[in-house]
Amino acid sequence: MKGHIIKYARDNIDTDVIIPGQYLKVHDYAELATHAMEGLDPDFHSKVKDGDFILSGKNFGCGSSREHAPIALSHSGIKAVLALSFARIFYRNAVDGAFLLPIEIGEDAYNAISEGDEVNIDIGKNEIKNITKNQTYKMKPFSEIIGKIIEAGGLFNYKPD
Amino acid sequence: MNIVEKILARASGRDSVAPDDVIFANVDKAMVHDVSGPGVIKVFDKLKKQGIDVSKLWDPSKVWVAEDHFVPSAEKVSAENIVKLSNFTKNYGIQKHFKYGMGQYGICHTLSHEEALVLPGEVYVGGDSHTNTTGALGAFACGLGHTDVAYVLLYGKIWFKVPETIYFKLNGKLPEHVMAKDFILKIIGDIGTDGGNYKTMQFGGSGVDVMSVESRLTLCNMTTEAGAKNGIVEPDQKVVDYLTSRGATNISLIKGDENAEYSQIIEYEGSEMEPLVAKPFSPENIAVVRDAPSVDLDKSYIGSCTGAKYEDLEAAAKILKGRKVKIRTEVLPASISIYKRAMENGLLTIFLDAGVTIGPPTCGACCGAHMGVLAKDEICISTTNRNFPGRMGHVDSQTYLSSPLVAAASAVTGKITDPRDLP
Repeated sequence: MKGHIIKYARDNIDTDVIIPGQYLKVHDYAELATHAMEGLDPDFHSKVKDGDFILSGKNFGCGSSREHAPIALSHSGIKAVLALSFARIFYRNAVDGAFLLPIEIGEDAYNAISEGDEVNIDIGKNEIKNITKNQTYKMKPFSEIIGKIIEAGGLFNYKPD
Repeated sequence: MNIVEKILARASGRDSVAPDDVIFANVDKAMVHDVSGPGVIKVFDKLKKQGIDVSKLWDPSKVWVAEDHFVPSAEKVSAENIVKLSNFTKNYGIQKHFKYGMGQYGICHTLSHEEALVLPGEVYVGGDSHTNTTGALGAFACGLGHTDVAYVLLYGKIWFKVPETIYFKLNGKLPEHVMAKDFILKIIGDIGTDGGNYKTMQFGGSGVDVMSVESRLTLCNMTTEAGAKNGIVEPDQKVVDYLTSRGATNISLIKGDENAEYSQIIEYEGSEMEPLVAKPFSPENIAVVRDAPSVDLDKSYIGSCTGAKYEDLEAAAKILKGRKVKIRTEVLPASISIYKRAMENGLLTIFLDAGVTIGPPTCGACCGAHMGVLAKDEICISTTNRNFPGRMGHVDSQTYLSSPLVAAASAVTGKITDPRDLP
């Protein structure tokens, strides 16, 4: 999976900036997308392209259980978020609803990858290749159940053993 | 096993579980509100298109519905969501729908205890992150997103990774001017907003034993701000009495084993606790009230599942009695039952005499929805739970989180004020 990076070099990007509370009443996915990241980056909607990835620091998606957050990002075109760590509800919403891939990365990838870099994510090899910089980094493998739900295409398609 | 492991073992039909085990737990109770309900309806619509049967719920008697975030309807989109919610409960035969304007209603997490909807030992999930609140009754209470809640409503179960548990032990009772809110702010300041991520935060010790059920609810409520999967207090006779007085029967007390394991035990001395605030823009950004910046406040907000239970209003009233507010102050009781008790016991008169505006039960401005949201550059002190940028309104507004005692004292002076320092 190939895409370009939009980088937010900070920790604790919370659901209130990913999709502000006033839009919680909105359940139209396309409309939610127009307000994605509004609390942090008002230009996000105009610059994001289909297939892009977000790169960020620790505890991405902390705060509310609003599924609006992965929905707004996913319907903006974001296919994966690469972060040093994720808040639990955002992580499971992203996976169970099959909205986007939450990829846990190390400090090396976080520091080396820049805004605009083109990267290839290979979840089979647990590797991220930076095509722009010709570098390769490890990603943290998914746990068994997360891997299976992703493979199934979301919780509703997953058949427990 | 500790209490959470015991609950999850029972719910997954196993003799025992340990941290990191992945289980499917049978759910005892589930909740949606006017944000997650329409979200679940949207998921049902998608599933229908995929040919998945969504014609009936696993057990409508175990599901209850709250109207809280955008009520009374703030504008037409929220009004339509309420209509959707009403049609949903009617179509699926859900009896427990707490409608505004029709008797008891309020914030979902407040109803869970005021109406004794959740009992000790149960697995309770809700379409809201602060579902953690209800762990104070001795339940495994966990917040989930729309897809997960839709799965629960259809199949009555959901997967969990068994969390490890951090045990927070409070030795001795909190001083009179310090509330449970100060204790949980202290903890979040110490462990950070990801300090409890994926974990259980359990509270105990002599200081928690002597706490009221409502104070324990405040502790568990803000485990969400530390990222925790759930918060819990082992239930005792106080919980039994509390729930029994609200109509519950067949309550069984579940406790962890003597040799239960915790990943960490962190101890606090009650006598050392002080009134605190969380400064903008994170609940972990803690300062002692007496060292807080001398900002001119625009508003004091006493509301939400965190800070508008009966005891919270009582604390605010103790401060506001015979005093006047210097800044805009709103009190929004968290449920009609609390509103009524506050009226019967004279608290509302105290608030009105002090100059406070009293609002209806609603999540309101806590999540920036409506009813007193903040303008650009406005600064608010609030008994709520989050102060991220834009949380209560404009992205350039600021929120300081505090106990109701501090929010009320600050309302009187217009500055962040320790209740002990009021003239």
